[in-house]
Amino acid sequence: MNVRIRVQKGAVIDGFVVGDLLHTGGMATLRRVERPGISMELLMKVPALLEGEDPAAIVGFEMEQMILPRLSGIHVPKFVASGDFAVQPYIVMERIDGKTLLTRLDDLPLPYAEVARIGMKVAAALRDLHHQNVVHLDIKPSNIIMRETGEAALVDFGLAHHDQLPDLMGEEFRVPYGTAPYMAPEQILGNRTDPRSDIFALGVLIYFFSTGVRPFGDPKGARALKKRIWWDPVPPRRLKDDYPPWLQEVVLRCLEVDPLRRYPTAAHLAFDLAHPDQVKLTARSEKLERDPWSARIRRRFNPEVRPTALREIAPLKADTPIVMAAVDLDGDEELLEALRVTVRRLIEIVPGARFAILNVLKQRRIGIDTTLDEAGRNKHVERLVELKHWARPLAIGETRLTFHVLEARDPAEAILEYVEANHVDHVVIGARTDSLRRSILGSVSAEIASKADCSVTVVRPPRRPEPPASAMDGPDPF
Amino acid sequence: MRLALMADIHANREAFEACLADAAARRAERLVFLGDYVNYGADPDWVVSTIMDRVAKGVGVALQGNHDAAVGGRTPTMDSSVESGLEWTRNQLGPEQRAFLAALPLTIEEGDCLFVHSDAAAPARWTYVTDAADAARSLKATRRRVTFCGHVHRPTVYNMSETLKLITFRPVPGVAIPLLPQRRWLAVMGSVGQPRDGNPAACWALVDTARAEITYHRVPYEVEEAAKKIRRAALPEMYAERLTWGQ
Repeated sequence: MNVRIRVQKGAVIDGFVVGDLLHTGGMATLRRVERPGISMELLMKVPALLEGEDPAAIVGFEMEQMILPRLSGIHVPKFVASGDFAVQPYIVMERIDGKTLLTRLDDLPLPYAEVARIGMKVAAALRDLHHQNVVHLDIKPSNIIMRETGEAALVDFGLAHHDQLPDLMGEEFRVPYGTAPYMAPEQILGNRTDPRSDIFALGVLIYFFSTGVRPFGDPKGARALKKRIWWDPVPPRRLKDDYPPWLQEVVLRCLEVDPLRRYPTAAHLAFDLAHPDQVKLTARSEKLERDPWSARIRRRFNPEVRPTALREIAPLKADTPIVMAAVDLDGDEELLEALRVTVRRLIEIVPGARFAILNVLKQRRIGIDTTLDEAGRNKHVERLVELKHWARPLAIGETRLTFHVLEARDPAEAILEYVEANHVDHVVIGARTDSLRRSILGSVSAEIASKADCSVTVVRPPRRPEPPASAMDGPDPF
Repeated sequence: MRLALMADIHANREAFEACLADAAARRAERLVFLGDYVNYGADPDWVVSTIMDRVAKGVGVALQGNHDAAVGGRTPTMDSSVESGLEWTRNQLGPEQRAFLAALPLTIEEGDCLFVHSDAAAPARWTYVTDAADAARSLKATRRRVTFCGHVHRPTVYNMSETLKLITFRPVPGVAIPLLPQRRWLAVMGSVGQPRDGNPAACWALVDTARAEITYHRVPYEVEEAAKKIRRAALPEMYAERLTWGQ
């Protein structure tokens, strides 16, 4: 028996009292609902099931029904309940307090700093999502809600792919689904498993929000859609004279056709957006013209120059952590060397890792310290120079390495804050060897090891042989 | 109801014990044995007795597999590599055990579930469900929404939409798969006693009927011990060897 309850204001479905209609789209309608005992603002999503509606609406609804209950965290709406097709299909979830990025379209282009801030928030949300084995595959302004508290929340998992669950969307439809202006090339070619497709879409958003122009327009039809596989977008600096080279570097890296040439993870992208001065500028940042027609022709007709991931579409779970080495420049030489040896091992073992080399410049008292020492040199700059000197023997490519000097009263606290803000996956830190100093000052490494929400390696210098016992030591008790 | 599904135990006591313990630890309430309790392994007596015990106590139900039918007396064709161990196995079992195996049902239907050892389209023909076409054939042969079978020794989950599109999926151990109500599902079990998907760990699955979810679990067990017993019983070396590789 198929009894569909009419979802209208005042109706009660499984205890949820239906309220105002908030949105009607091609795939679903959204209504405010309430239920006694639940204080959170709620939203009911009901798929469009009428004749002639897009069949993807049903499959998309099923995907969301599978994926949303398995997600957690601030970057997604909280799942509350769902009803199946036997009676009335719906999903009830948290109604997020905030505006979608769609509401910003009239204000474009936005100031660069604001675009970077938005990009960073969305990248943090993507990082969180990708860590939960989900690729969103429909990142666009209307699917991003900025919470009142500042975080970006991602909504609508109808096109999403879960790495550990059956992909109903991918196999049901031969035509790739997505939103034309934002779709990554590999997604257009039918690959639904690469998290870097979301990085591409975010690149489109950053480009659009910072220039007011969509990098690939709004193509209609499969042929027009595929053009981005061999046509590169107009460099933003061509559109705006004052466009910062670092931002162009970031945007064009997101928009690389080959996923292998994009940021390996959303955390890496967030890192660059948070540290514009540390972005390694390459030829991308200087481009003022699109690639010449000869390059386009080559990409169009020569499968050999087709991007790697498009030739062999395989999910690539790259091992690309962000590693932070906390270097205490006042520590002894042996410890500094031991730290370097450990970092070097990681560089060799994890070729995809990126390294943030960090030092904390300790401020003793607020207000009295000056960043200039007696000789008038800038301590901050001096520390940077020393850090780079420390890292030189590592002989690591510049693109994988950044240097940071934090100024703080409490080094452990500063490092922990940095770890959280930059999604650091692994901290390498030296243990203070001098037991007297350690007992007076406390151990920074111990505090990091116990409080950081990531792996921590505490490095000690190699053991020294015990000094030979002398006659002065008295008789051996054994 | 939390059902523990176990298929293709194949007289492997070590693997079976490990799965039973894991199922108990995961609060399984009932056991469903999907056939092929004997052959290949060195402990047919213990395995069959244990299953008879669970069935007698009312905590489990058991289906017949092709090996059980062969040992129990029916005469399906077995290839020669199996035939050599068949006689040995038969001699390990008493008449009561053989009668138990011979009398087992080919299918059990309960609620919207069908349990069967192989292809639901012809359960006594022991056809393998190895691809989407096989799965579609099996699904079309039953009105039940969810089918559980064994026989293939490689865990796979198929589902069919209302438009008859078939989706094949390799389950990830420990990750619950929602058996979405608007689709039809066919879950092929991995093997308890003789995995052939490259992972030597024993495989069983937990079905939560209230939540409509299935979770495949892999359980490490003493492979060496099971292999040693096979060699001691002078059964074909290949039976022991393949346990180590899960092939």
